[in-house]
Amino acid sequence: MSVIHDPLSEEAAARIILSAAAAGSPLQIRGGGTRTLAQAGGRDILSSANLSGIVAYNPAEMTMTARSGTPLEEIAAALEKHRQMLAFEPLDLRPVLGTGGIPTIGGVFATNASGARRFVAGAARDSLLGVRFVNGAGEIIKAGGRVMKNVTGLDLAKLLAGSRGTLAFLTEVTFRLLPVPEDAATIVVSGLNDAEAAAAMATAMSMTVEVSGAAHLPESVRGRVLGGRLPDGAATVLRLEGLAASVAVRAEKLSAAMASFGAVSVLDAGATAQLWREIRDVQPYADGTARPLWRVSVAPTVGHQLVAALRLETGVDAYYDWQGGLVWLRMEANPEAELVRRYIKALGGGHATLMRASAAAMATTPVLQPQAEAIAALSTRIKEKLDPAGLFPAGW
Amino acid sequence: MEQIGFLPPKAAVLSRRREIVADLADLLPEGCLVHEPRELVPFETDAFVSYRRVPLAVALPETTAQVAAVLKYCHRYAIPVVPRGAGTSLSGGAIPQEDAVVLGLSKMSRILEVDYANRTAIVQAGVTNLAISDAVSADGYFYAPDPSSQLACTIGGNIGMNSGGAHCLKYGVTTNNLLGVKLVLVDGTVVELGGKALDAPGLDLLGLVCGSEGQLGIVTEATVRLIAKPEGARPVLFGFDSSEEAGACVADIIAAGIIPVAIEFMDKPAIAICEAFAGAGYPSDVEALLIVEVEGSEAEMDDMLRSIIEIARRHGVRVVKESQSATQAALIWKGRKSAFGATGRIADYICMDGTVPLSQLPNVLRGTAEIIERHGLRVANVFHAGDGNMHPLILFDANDPDDAARAEEAGNEILKLCVDVGGCLTGEHGVGIEKRDLMRHQYAEADLAQQMAVRAAFDPQWILNPSKVFPLEGRPAA
Repeated sequence: MSVIHDPLSEEAAARIILSAAAAGSPLQIRGGGTRTLAQAGGRDILSSANLSGIVAYNPAEMTMTARSGTPLEEIAAALEKHRQMLAFEPLDLRPVLGTGGIPTIGGVFATNASGARRFVAGAARDSLLGVRFVNGAGEIIKAGGRVMKNVTGLDLAKLLAGSRGTLAFLTEVTFRLLPVPEDAATIVVSGLNDAEAAAAMATAMSMTVEVSGAAHLPESVRGRVLGGRLPDGAATVLRLEGLAASVAVRAEKLSAAMASFGAVSVLDAGATAQLWREIRDVQPYADGTARPLWRVSVAPTVGHQLVAALRLETGVDAYYDWQGGLVWLRMEANPEAELVRRYIKALGGGHATLMRASAAAMATTPVLQPQAEAIAALSTRIKEKLDPAGLFPAGW
Repeated sequence: MEQIGFLPPKAAVLSRRREIVADLADLLPEGCLVHEPRELVPFETDAFVSYRRVPLAVALPETTAQVAAVLKYCHRYAIPVVPRGAGTSLSGGAIPQEDAVVLGLSKMSRILEVDYANRTAIVQAGVTNLAISDAVSADGYFYAPDPSSQLACTIGGNIGMNSGGAHCLKYGVTTNNLLGVKLVLVDGTVVELGGKALDAPGLDLLGLVCGSEGQLGIVTEATVRLIAKPEGARPVLFGFDSSEEAGACVADIIAAGIIPVAIEFMDKPAIAICEAFAGAGYPSDVEALLIVEVEGSEAEMDDMLRSIIEIARRHGVRVVKESQSATQAALIWKGRKSAFGATGRIADYICMDGTVPLSQLPNVLRGTAEIIERHGLRVANVFHAGDGNMHPLILFDANDPDDAARAEEAGNEILKLCVDVGGCLTGEHGVGIEKRDLMRHQYAEADLAQQMAVRAAFDPQWILNPSKVFPLEGRPAA
């Protein structure tokens, strides 16, 4: 039975790490416990649950500092009072993974969890300004800061972002914020096949209308968002945000351009918020099953080619975010890891992460994309510099 | 005047100079190796001209394979390697040392691919920053980070320093616009980090390499993000009677949730210098000037400017001047972007690069003035106010050693002030040698040790740009 350590301070976390190192007893880091970050069954757990609370919030400077275990909900509530938000739209995977737990800000950065705006506003790592962490040697380290521009030394904050509990225990994060847009709308282009949708999205992104979300929901998926209220046929959706007058002008311009691709309709701000939340959280595949789900990241124009190639060989269903660069790929039966990764490579590269599958499939499939040998070796050398005793799980 | 130190040259390397030159000549095509003492002089410094060291040789490879061959060789014999783009570093990032081979990327200056559907360009490291935007401009795109030296500086150098620029307030700095690199590791291994996909698997090595000042490997190619050019852009000049009011106005614009593309600040001395150079129509009778640029359609720009002007009025703005034409807009930016060059025409200067929290702008401007006065110097302030990235230009006479020493001391005090109010030593110019010895003011020993340990994972012998970034004392043993 594994022990759960939930220290009340950085110093206490450091002591736990030091005694675990002394005992040769490896640890697994846990944020909100919404998913397993690395396969590390049987380890004692080091949890950030008690390192909670907003340390500093400067609305006028659009920055916040919070302890890593602060629930995302608490942060969202504080931001809402000042009409601010996280630029990168962190996603909540609990519905699709069928897990519980409470998403934390530390977990968000540790997984670099980024939603629809990622392809124009950056990932979580782009909003992260500074971190505090305890490394595997029990040292409390500060990296980065709380200002927007900072090139003072190595950017260890970026290294920690997305490191999935493999390098160190995050204790505090400082990040930048954006104002909540005054208004939003979604242009819906109906009836396009995947290839036509890719062309339509590329056209939209070439226009000066500042599209902040570009997704394509094939017919099989269309009915599973917005309570089935989207018009019949596949839906290619394009989000606009900003000052109300500006959104109206841009919506008109974009609608006119998209009319040459298919039938165009417009969603208001309320429907827009719901739609993009559902797209972000992979709601279409939150079907209570454990059918294999891949998160695939490729060049935006490649997404639909990958799915078309896979369809010829196996049963898949898919939809696209990030202009086609993020593919949520649900397999009919087996994960087919080798097949998926072979086609990704053939189409110019990218990577696939198995997010969900039966316990048996998860245990036998390489969940993370295998890395090139030189990069894996380098990653291991870096890990040794943060976690010399190998207390935390390796993850590549 | 106490000079910034370099690592002592390795006798074992210096004594083998002829052999090393001969070996490098074998690895490189004709015309790609500089070793005659006279020809090495142009490589002895960069834009941080107070310090000079003539290198052992300069390799100017034409391909990634040649970069790899040179690195593999230097790694084998522990010969220091100093990468160089266009040599425009303001912090001494490209200044060599006597036992170093300079690895210049100037011959690798081709744009390899432009892909509008994916909004990416793949370029060689020696391509200039502006050349990327120029290549895609006619098709309606641009590359966002725009350092003032963009006509000369290379994308490889930009990646080394994680360069910013005036328009980064909206579009982010280099690291936010970089999707991938081809990186040659110190032992000559070539790896690809990232690519056209928006994120890469595993650790964020790309994020670590960007801004690492050439200490983790040599970037030979980059995949960068292109952005569709806005319909229009309009800079507006705001003149204030005090720097404090201008600073407070900046903080209020940001706090109001308005993010213009750029908010640039100039104080009176900077206005005079830039106006004399560019004739941009800057008002001459104000104490501080803001250039605020908005973009979008005409209606959108009008809308945004209305809100901004309202905020400026609350802070007692005295002059509001909208640019009336594209030519005038270009002049306004020409004045701002030539600030460093124009200052160089009237005096020697050192340019600071500290970044502070926005609320501290007025406080730090006041503190800077006090420090400068105490040292009997002059200062011109011109900087990216929207993100708190300050550039006090400290004017001095390089022929007067005492003046130069006081300028350096005043600069150090200003940077310490930036750190003390919650900011950092450098926002976009990099640490180089200039700020190296102040690193302990910003970081605790354990913080620095962790950075150095990670650095050593890439370059255990510390041969890549070794005199830079980290204080020379207290480094881990090789």
